[in-house]
Amino acid sequence: MAEEPLIVARGLVKRFGEFTAVDGIDVSVERGEAFGFLGPNGAGKSSTMRMISCVSAPTAGELRILGMDPVRDGVAIRGRLGVCPQLDNLDTDLSVFENLTTYARYFGLSRAEARRRAGELLEFVQLADRAKGKVEPLSGGMKRRLTIARAMVNDPEIVLLDEPTTGLDPQARHLLWERLYQLKRRGVTLVLTTHYMDEAEQLCDRLVVMDGGRIVAEGSPRELIARYSTPEVVELRFAGGADAAVKLDGVGERVDPLPDRVLVYARDGDAAVAEVHRRGLAPSSVLVRRSTLEDVFLHLTGRTLVD
Amino acid sequence: MAGSGVHATVAVLERHLTLYRRLFWASAMSSFLLPVLFLVSIGLGVGGYVGDLGGVSYLQWIVPGVMASTAFQMAVGETTYPVLGDFKWTRGYHAMRATPVRIGDMVAGQVLVMVVRVLPQAVVFLLVVLLFGGLRSWWSVVTPLVCAAVVVASALPVMGFSARIDNDGYFALLFRFVMIPMTLFAGVFFPVAQLPVVAQWLAWVSPLWHGVELCRAATLGVAPPWPVWAHVACLVAWTVAGGWFAMRGFARRLAV
Repeated sequence: MAEEPLIVARGLVKRFGEFTAVDGIDVSVERGEAFGFLGPNGAGKSSTMRMISCVSAPTAGELRILGMDPVRDGVAIRGRLGVCPQLDNLDTDLSVFENLTTYARYFGLSRAEARRRAGELLEFVQLADRAKGKVEPLSGGMKRRLTIARAMVNDPEIVLLDEPTTGLDPQARHLLWERLYQLKRRGVTLVLTTHYMDEAEQLCDRLVVMDGGRIVAEGSPRELIARYSTPEVVELRFAGGADAAVKLDGVGERVDPLPDRVLVYARDGDAAVAEVHRRGLAPSSVLVRRSTLEDVFLHLTGRTLVD
Repeated sequence: MAGSGVHATVAVLERHLTLYRRLFWASAMSSFLLPVLFLVSIGLGVGGYVGDLGGVSYLQWIVPGVMASTAFQMAVGETTYPVLGDFKWTRGYHAMRATPVRIGDMVAGQVLVMVVRVLPQAVVFLLVVLLFGGLRSWWSVVTPLVCAAVVVASALPVMGFSARIDNDGYFALLFRFVMIPMTLFAGVFFPVAQLPVVAQWLAWVSPLWHGVELCRAATLGVAPPWPVWAHVACLVAWTVAGGWFAMRGFARRLAV
């Protein structure tokens, strides 16, 4: 018999007064998977994460985590989760090392075990040389890595990451992704929210696209692109504005005029560009690229992910 | 692995002790030297004018008052900005909330760390006062416990208050309209019987007055104004009501 999924949600709803943040979603996450919630700000991702991390009670619907009820068995579930919140909540008056040992004690680890884990994890997130230092002078990326180390202190079965790389520079993001990828290889189940499509593509085996508290699509990044987009996209810019879009009718499989550019969805980008030129159009810039989750999101909602 | 129960409370206590270690000297100075300065200036200075009070020197009379009010001030000081800060700035409680630590562990751990701090402070203070000839009874040895009870009874309601505000401006109101009047009308520097009955009511509802009177009964070796059990019952009532108020405040603030 197959193992029960680690996280199962059926018709999950979260309301704050009149406002419905999560509007009846169905999700299941299997052991060892890297699962993502992709969507713009306000899509209901963080509210969903808070319900999964057992700090916020569902308004309606069913939610089971590790086979338990998050409201009744919150303490037991939280003991087996690692949480990396969106807002840093490191203890800025404690040293880097003490941040980990203090947190480990919350999970009931012995003092010796807490120190051993802290040393190990600081190596893992490449902060061992900062162990005795204060938290405040760490860069944003280092603080994030420390928060991830802290989330790993109890050797959790599921690690929840809410917007793990928001606000980080590209280099710090890549280092963080690489560390998360290592966690995934060790068999840790990752659940993350993001509004970056590149992050979702890099890290997620499977994801759901959320918009307005609902799930609008589900699948692997590759499946979603295959289902809702074409392999390639041509981005055209015209000096005279988007009027040229009319003349593009029939080029590629679909044409999507945006305020600043026109997207042409095509199986073969170069062929589409050749067709554009054949029709006598002279775009001021032409870019042929692979289709991304951004295109999927745009197609599903008519809006871009990052405003 | 489940860090439930006593273990999680101890873990919270340890966190606050680790934080406190950094401020040990600064805080030890203020919580020990300050009361001694009070004793010297008011006890000896004002005492020189006042003379004896009911057969004991003024210094001996205010020793228990200064002791209990120092404990009270520490309780209020440690449960205003530090508590608001852990909700608003460092978000330490949010960090705990993601672990097996429960609301009760957060509140109990933080109160216990104040008890752990006040006990040695009170003992050292007693020893110094002993050199000044400020103690008259062996019952003095129970005063550290009374101070601990004052700390618990006053820290809990203030924690509940701090958990409910979003702006530290409210602390100015708390200090001006609650803490200072409570200290002034709690029998620290003069017997509350001197006051009009309305003002005496203020003393009777204050956890500090009950602590002061129990300490005074102990250091002077006399009976307190109310039966001992009645004073203790008032402190217990503050503890129970304050504990409920704090737990509810924490739970509401962390439930989003």
